[in-house]
Amino acid sequence: MSSGTVASEGADEAPIGAVQQTGKSAKKLHGMIFIGLAGLLLIAPFVLYPVFLMKVLCFALFASAFSLLLGYAGLLSFGHAAYFGMASYIAAHAAKVWGFTPELAILSGTLVGTLLGVVFGWLAIKRQGIYFAMITLALSQMVFFFCVQAKFTGGEDGIQAVPRGHLFGLIDLANDRVLYFVVAAIFLFGMIAIYRIIHSPFGQVMKAIRDNEPRAVSLGYRVNQYKLALFVLSTALAGLAGATKAIVFQLASLTDVHWSMSGEVVLMTLVGGLGTVFGPMVGAAVIVTMQNYLATLGAWVLVVQGFIFVACVLAFREGIVGLFAKRLKQPL
Amino acid sequence: MTMIFGVPTAALFGQLLLGLINGSFYAMLSLGLAVIFGLLNIINFTHGAQYMMGAFASWMLLNYLGIGYWPALILAPLIVGATGIILERLLISRLYNLDHLYGLLLTFGVGLIIQGLFRNQYGVSGLPYGIPSQLTGGQNLGFMFMPNYRGWVVVASLIVCLATWFIIEKTRLGAYLRAATENPTLVQAFGINVPLMITLTYGAGVALAAFAGVLAAPIYSVNPNMGADLIIVVFAVVVIGGMGSILGSIITGFALGLVEGLTKVFYPEASSTVIFVIMVLVLLVKPAGLFGRTA
Amino acid sequence: MKRKTLTAAVAVTALLAGGSAFAQVPVKLGVLNDMSGLYADISGPGSVVAARLAVEDFKPESKGIKVEIVSADHQNKPDVGSTIARKWYDQDGVDVILDVTTSSVALAVSDVTKEKNKIFMISGGGTSDLTGAKCTANNVHWTYDTWALANGTGSAVTKAGGDSWFMLTADYAFGAALDRDTSEAVKKAGGKIVGSVKHPLSTADFSSFLLQAQASKAKVIGMANAGSDTINTIKQAAEFGITQSGQSLAGLLIFSSDVKSLGLQAAQGLKLTEAFYWDQTDATRAFSKRFAAAFGGKMPTSAQAGVYSSVLHYLKAVEALKDKDTTKVMAKMKELPIDDALFGKGSIRVDGRAIHPMYLYEVKKPEESKGEWDMYKVVATIPTEEAFRPLKDGGCPLVK
Repeated sequence: MSSGTVASEGADEAPIGAVQQTGKSAKKLHGMIFIGLAGLLLIAPFVLYPVFLMKVLCFALFASAFSLLLGYAGLLSFGHAAYFGMASYIAAHAAKVWGFTPELAILSGTLVGTLLGVVFGWLAIKRQGIYFAMITLALSQMVFFFCVQAKFTGGEDGIQAVPRGHLFGLIDLANDRVLYFVVAAIFLFGMIAIYRIIHSPFGQVMKAIRDNEPRAVSLGYRVNQYKLALFVLSTALAGLAGATKAIVFQLASLTDVHWSMSGEVVLMTLVGGLGTVFGPMVGAAVIVTMQNYLATLGAWVLVVQGFIFVACVLAFREGIVGLFAKRLKQPL
Repeated sequence: MTMIFGVPTAALFGQLLLGLINGSFYAMLSLGLAVIFGLLNIINFTHGAQYMMGAFASWMLLNYLGIGYWPALILAPLIVGATGIILERLLISRLYNLDHLYGLLLTFGVGLIIQGLFRNQYGVSGLPYGIPSQLTGGQNLGFMFMPNYRGWVVVASLIVCLATWFIIEKTRLGAYLRAATENPTLVQAFGINVPLMITLTYGAGVALAAFAGVLAAPIYSVNPNMGADLIIVVFAVVVIGGMGSILGSIITGFALGLVEGLTKVFYPEASSTVIFVIMVLVLLVKPAGLFGRTA
Repeated sequence: MKRKTLTAAVAVTALLAGGSAFAQVPVKLGVLNDMSGLYADISGPGSVVAARLAVEDFKPESKGIKVEIVSADHQNKPDVGSTIARKWYDQDGVDVILDVTTSSVALAVSDVTKEKNKIFMISGGGTSDLTGAKCTANNVHWTYDTWALANGTGSAVTKAGGDSWFMLTADYAFGAALDRDTSEAVKKAGGKIVGSVKHPLSTADFSSFLLQAQASKAKVIGMANAGSDTINTIKQAAEFGITQSGQSLAGLLIFSSDVKSLGLQAAQGLKLTEAFYWDQTDATRAFSKRFAAAFGGKMPTSAQAGVYSSVLHYLKAVEALKDKDTTKVMAKMKELPIDDALFGKGSIRVDGRAIHPMYLYEVKKPEESKGEWDMYKVVATIPTEEAFRPLKDGGCPLVK
């Protein structure tokens, strides 16, 4: 009864979520995509509802952070809601009770997400595959328990009526469109950070570790330190997304620390394309849009989500962006 | 009265017994998961939904066909097991060459679909299902009132668990199964139909879940969400026991039921979290679980 | 800018629709609740049906009002609920949001409603904070709240002789609130709390907690939990012979849909407080028959009936004003007395609490029941003045 490693013997595909090598022409393409993305972000609030867009951006960043860990360390975390939700609570509490300005509130949320990542990462990265998934799940269940018990989280009522406040104490964020541009800037910052991490020497080492850990060890890399570093980066960005979400919606609640949120972010990444840089954000957009528009349909949300999971796994493993990447013969 | 940590001994006995009863559900469910994982290398996230289907199947048998509890105890697992076989043939079998995690994602999705469909059809507040007349009432054990039905649950689950263990560890069929787990190609070369064996194993694992569902129907709320929360706990049980270890999952199931029972006395709020704490601790000390072997 | 063009467009259509006789006031009602999850049977799609029936009965066209109803599922997620509420107010021209189960979502919608200065009429949501510490000038809390349920059951049961209680509390904010309010009511009525235990949400097995309750020798076990937790508690209390041995169960947050799902065999003897039961008066029976005909034979729950009545009350205020300005309508709704076919006489207080009588029911024994839906008998009526939390105790800033 074998178990443990992610890639079982005889697997005819690369490990789940493996990211391909990026060549020169791809870098050019990516630069163009980033410029296009920035342009899109500029126009979008004048076409679509800004609050909805902000939600998409928060989840897009969350999904990208999650997929950073999966794509570059081959580690599927089933507990990313813990960092996302905890950061969201801290940001909400900081803004509401301590009277922090929004940027400080977001920063403190992110910081807590990061610290949590350091501790949990240290515990979890020693394991792989399903055991890693399970240990992250267990840890996030403990965070959930903490959030139910702790006084400041307000139980299932959550922290409500969080002020959006004034950015740097100056710019009033009450206007949806103003806030939107702040969120868009945070999102772009996050995405560029992820892109830079991936294409740094650090990212190259991570790929080497993922593809052949024993070889990386024999080359003298301290594998676990690299993994931990990536884990923490991923949780920090997840925290950033969660903290921003708290300011946008002016609330933090148990939904964001529940394990089903961890499942949702996996779904987003799966739909967008495992092992792509731009996939998770597309996936997040699709899922959030779906939730929004299915809202009027009523009871079928769960069924539709389930079908998407099944369809993605069986017929559509590359995801949306993965399909494009295949067509273009370029990693995206 | 004698006291242990401020709790009367008699009450503590009662709580331990109750823990054992809950443990029997964990044992049955984690056993099914372990069997499936052992042979298919698939984390069957649909397990919770299949447990729920077992409970609903017995309700449907009673309300649509007038078939009572006892026949349902055999029929419902067969029916749900058959749906499991269809599921394995149609969907899961396509994933055997891929990473384990795809299997987890697929079965997670299937679980959502099943849960969603039942919600649409039957709502969420649940359906009534009575205790069979032969097992109503209970015994006064001195330290507690023991409903007959709960006693039956423990007995039934022990029988099923031991029978499963016996089949897998002590019979020829079980030997094939274990061999196929280690090296499917070689076993196939000996003229044994491995794909069929895999399909039937999945069906059997699912039937175990459904059997637990039927046992649960008279005492727990029969509603579409009943499996969703349980499944996460059962996963923890399997991981603690060691993935794929048959005996490990049985023993761990009962043991964790006891631990949970004790937590309900001393720190009730944490009773749903304690298992995860144990899981983290066990994985840190013994990476392959208590009874698992490292690959 | 968008909002301006929108209101302009609405005004134009209103003028066109109004024709030569008089300008119609167009109002848009949004039913927002859990359509598929835990609370879907308490309100869910049935609340939309109730809102439609209310509009049908009011005959708004003849009174110069044009009503449109939209609905959505908040999936019990506060961010989904708050996005929908914002979008409804900002873009779709919704004037009133109705129902909203799940306290975290209800509180989020309450904040958005205040910010956009619209009206929020809560029926399915239960937290008494909505008219307490977190009250706004834009909320009307129609059907029930946790205080009313806890108080009704707590004091009535205690007065009827159940003077020692063991509390079985969900380890959540609503559980804690129910526990606190019930304990107060019990003590005020001369009873005492002899013990309590907190359990995690969505526990499957309650036998351990029930044994602790049994060992306490309390006469009443108060269930400060909800949904499947309450159902499991009741089912297992019957199994462990707790109800037969003389202890009785008191439900603090339980609805007719829960009792229906338990069946009378398991639920018999349970005492609970509700604002509405279908088989109460000729008017409630008539309404419920129509509702059932429109909703697959299911009788309305109190939350669904509350949506019906709150829509009627809102439309009455709009009719009287020929205007839908939030401040004016809120003032008018608080000024107009409630004389409702389903909820009886009452009024809306300054903190937004709609007050009306509440009822203590007991679940019938199977042999007493004459039909599938014949579930309750009235034990006591809690008069309007005593049914809800006194104005001064809520801590609502609107109360001076």
